[in-house]
Amino acid sequence: MCLAVPAKVLSVAEDRSAVVDLGGVRRGTSLAFCPDATVGDYVLIHAGYAIQKLDEEEAKETLSLLEQMAALGQSEGEPLAAAEEGPGR
Amino acid sequence: MKFVDEFRDPTLAARLVAAIREEAGGWPVRLMEVCGTHTVAIFRSGLRQLLAGAVELLSGPGCPVCVTAQRDIDYAIGLTAQAEVTLATFGDMVKVPGTRSSLQRARAEGADVRVVYSASDAVRLAAERPNRRVVFLGVGFETTAPTVAASLGEARRRGLDNFLVHSVHKVVPPALRALLSAGEVRVDGLILPGHVSTIIGTAPYRFLADECRLPGVITGFEPLDVLQGIYALVSMVRQHRPAIAIQYRRAVRPEGNPAALRAMAEVFAPADAEWRGLGLIPGSGLRLREEYAAFDAARVFPVDVSFSREPAGCACGRVLCGTARPPDCRLFALACTPDHPVGPCMVSSEGTCAAYYAYGRE
Repeated sequence: MCLAVPAKVLSVAEDRSAVVDLGGVRRGTSLAFCPDATVGDYVLIHAGYAIQKLDEEEAKETLSLLEQMAALGQSEGEPLAAAEEGPGR
Repeated sequence: MKFVDEFRDPTLAARLVAAIREEAGGWPVRLMEVCGTHTVAIFRSGLRQLLAGAVELLSGPGCPVCVTAQRDIDYAIGLTAQAEVTLATFGDMVKVPGTRSSLQRARAEGADVRVVYSASDAVRLAAERPNRRVVFLGVGFETTAPTVAASLGEARRRGLDNFLVHSVHKVVPPALRALLSAGEVRVDGLILPGHVSTIIGTAPYRFLADECRLPGVITGFEPLDVLQGIYALVSMVRQHRPAIAIQYRRAVRPEGNPAALRAMAEVFAPADAEWRGLGLIPGSGLRLREEYAAFDAARVFPVDVSFSREPAGCACGRVLCGTARPPDCRLFALACTPDHPVGPCMVSSEGTCAAYYAYGRE
């Protein structure tokens, strides 16, 4: 229900309606809630609206923190089965 | 950066699981996830089993369809009996059994019930069908309510007086407070909903740390997000340092989304709301403001739902409070299955019973 998926902004009209690339599919959306989102940005889409712009710097930071934390896990461990693909989450 | 695959690396995940186990030490930490999307993500990636013994994961009242009161379902079904009404809503709602029928059955019997992806699709329906009154059944938490508010604003601007909304929208923090103060469920920390928090930010959760002395981490939905959120919670639990933190930093700012909050506040006002399982919670619902009274289906179409009652034997109410697990319900996987659901937690793909049925049966 609170599912939201990342999509890349392809074009923005004057009324803040936009076309986004959502996993290879072009879709219309509204950027009314993301006043500073522009072409090339990634936004989270929920029920036809972009609810937040995604921050690439923060994403990189999270990933580097994850690497550091993983180093704490002593077990080399077998890689876990990959999660199912697809935008179903 | 695609914002998805990067957060699914299985090797990293295995190491994080080991790190969490080490941090947890001897006895399990009990965490509640209060978002149906987390419930599904956790089950799908098998994290419950991987963390068994170190972290016990409990589902809370995080599925909007599931927490919708039986009376509200019956009201929506009753609405469809009005000759001029087209009822539009999200997919899962249609299958939830009411006391006497369901929206799906009403549709089979001739009612005009439409499944839409967005409230703005319902506005479009209203524009295309000026002789119908299109009622959008607005269900969902703070993630969804702004989108409905924006659609209603659009309908008003376009002068579409045949578009109405029946709001059963709810807000998460008052429900958490009610659940925790009832004292029936014991948890050590909360995995807080990532997408609700893109809208509301961190402030509404502060009472968890300040008053309840419980840590909460706003967490994303990919496996590595969930593991990182759990690691942070386990650390805070073990160090007795409760705080509200954001793991899902790429999407959540501490202040939330001001534009969406403004849109929501312009159309909706807080109201008391009935939750399945939790009962009436003060300030936990969103009703249309007076200025939007003409768009409020509840005021325009009174429907008698005095006959309304929850299905006999169904444990959804207790499952939503974390005081029962789906297998504790005597109907689970016998009388109640995804094909023939008795309660909403088996209907919605985000329902705890549906997730147990699909991924978690012991």
